Amino acid sequence: MVKRYGTLTAVDGLSLTARRGEVTAILGPNGAGKTTTIEICEGYRAADGGTVRVLGLDPARDGKALLPRIGVMLQAGGIPPAVPAGEYLKLLSRFHMKPHDPAWLLDITGLTSSARTPYKRLSGGQQQRLSLAAALIGRPELVFLDEPTAGMDPQARHATWDLIAALRGDGVSVILTTHFMEEAERLADHVVIIDAGQAVADGPTATLTGSAGQLRFRAEPGLDTDSLLSALPAGSAAKESPAGHYLIEVPGGTIEPALLAAVTAWCAERAVLPSSLRIESRTLEDVFLELTGRDLRG
Amino acid sequence: MTADTAAAPAAGAGRFTPAPGAAPMRRMVAAQATLETRTLLRNGEQLTLTLIIPLLLLAAFSLEPLVSFGGGYTRIDFLTPGVIALAVMSTAFTSQAIATGFERRYGVLKRLGATPLSRQGLIAAKTSTVIAVELGQAAIIMAVALALGWSPDASPAAIVVVPLLAGLGTAAFSGFALLLAGTLRAEATLAAANLIYVVLLGIGGVVFPLTKFPAGARPLLELLPTGALSTGLRDVLASAAAFPVKNVVTLAVWAVIGIALAARYFRWE
Repeated sequence: MVKRYGTLTAVDGLSLTARRGEVTAILGPNGAGKTTTIEICEGYRAADGGTVRVLGLDPARDGKALLPRIGVMLQAGGIPPAVPAGEYLKLLSRFHMKPHDPAWLLDITGLTSSARTPYKRLSGGQQQRLSLAAALIGRPELVFLDEPTAGMDPQARHATWDLIAALRGDGVSVILTTHFMEEAERLADHVVIIDAGQAVADGPTATLTGSAGQLRFRAEPGLDTDSLLSALPAGSAAKESPAGHYLIEVPGGTIEPALLAAVTAWCAERAVLPSSLRIESRTLEDVFLELTGRDLRG
Repeated sequence: MTADTAAAPAAGAGRFTPAPGAAPMRRMVAAQATLETRTLLRNGEQLTLTLIIPLLLLAAFSLEPLVSFGGGYTRIDFLTPGVIALAVMSTAFTSQAIATGFERRYGVLKRLGATPLSRQGLIAAKTSTVIAVELGQAAIIMAVALALGWSPDASPAAIVVVPLLAGLGTAAFSGFALLLAGTLRAEATLAAANLIYVVLLGIGGVVFPLTKFPAGARPLLELLPTGALSTGLRDVLASAAAFPVKNVVTLAVWAVIGIALAARYFRWE
């Protein structure tokens, strides 16, 4: 998939597949092309190149057939400010053959007592929950959730995670974007990390984070990681990133006590005292920062 | 406010089992039109524009001889057709431009684009809303006018020609409303729509007779949509004209131009 805006190439040969019945999370720094990608799938804009199929349909051409089958939660807004929450859901329910009961959706998103409150007077989290309820009203097969929990408090976030798990349990496919690695790690069967309009990682969540253990410590910057590597079992990897933060990984294996001993011995030989030394499994956040770097983005 | 607790149903309980399908077009359009009408009636500023100002003008200019209308009309007989023209302009042009401009700004149009309601369906809903509001305005204005002594002098053809003039005027004003709303920022639309409203109120033959303007300007003013509509309605409702051909043609041309420009330049987001 390719999408250009003038001279800017927002999506640059991106290729991804989200399987039916799964939760697919699209991660990426700001400006990576997440929203552009999702909006092409929703039929808002046509790709400049490549092939896009959503539920077997071309969203740019077959909107009439596709739109009733999908639910969409935009990143922000889209709901008329003066319209009460309950009235808005009732409106959308009239667009579908077998909609959910708007009152039930208000109930499960915790908005029952706000049913008569105009959208503009809802809190940020309530607005997000209404927007989520609106995406579900038509009993869709597939929902697109663009940063569904942005602005939610922890309670609402957990309730939303339960809701997404329930959707998946009932056979609804979910494609979501998020900045919360924990969210993706918990919910997603499949994770795609995109950066500068390209997929830089794509796979089952567990495969991306892997069982491989990692050992991290802090010490003075500029230690010779090559000599450290030679002291470690074959297949290990050692690097310093950012300065003063050292990371040792054993791809496909686990950190053994002998490795820990080798690292501390190597430090002792150099009169280096490692601090914040810890052994942990890789988190999605580690993978994310490794692939997309630590520079701040637009 | 009581604290609600959000509680998702158990995973696998089957409450979310997909069952998608679009409702019939007519039901979608009716639902959208109902919501838009209700939103408009709840909005105080819009209501002032569409109802309070026309009624105030009707009452003030008919009760006090603020302007001499000439042409042998009583004040109320002169004013009522003009105020009906103003009501059409306020709803189809000013109110619609402002509402649509802000809908575009708030992403409402974009969000509707992801529902089964098609763009044609949305336009049908907006048109139905405008017509419903205009019918309400016309009923109230005519009731107040009758109470103020309005006695229309109309041929039987008026029953067809008045809706024709109002319909063409609505089409023309709607086209330009959507042209503004679909191309300018919401604030610019708000300013432009209000400014154009005030100017056309002044030079459109609504309360100030076009005969008061220099003779050279009058034919031009009658070519403006407001002038064509107010003059046409006045000919039919106060002078028993059967069919004001020139005004009907003028409005039809404006309608074609406005709708063509809107179709060409309207941007949904």
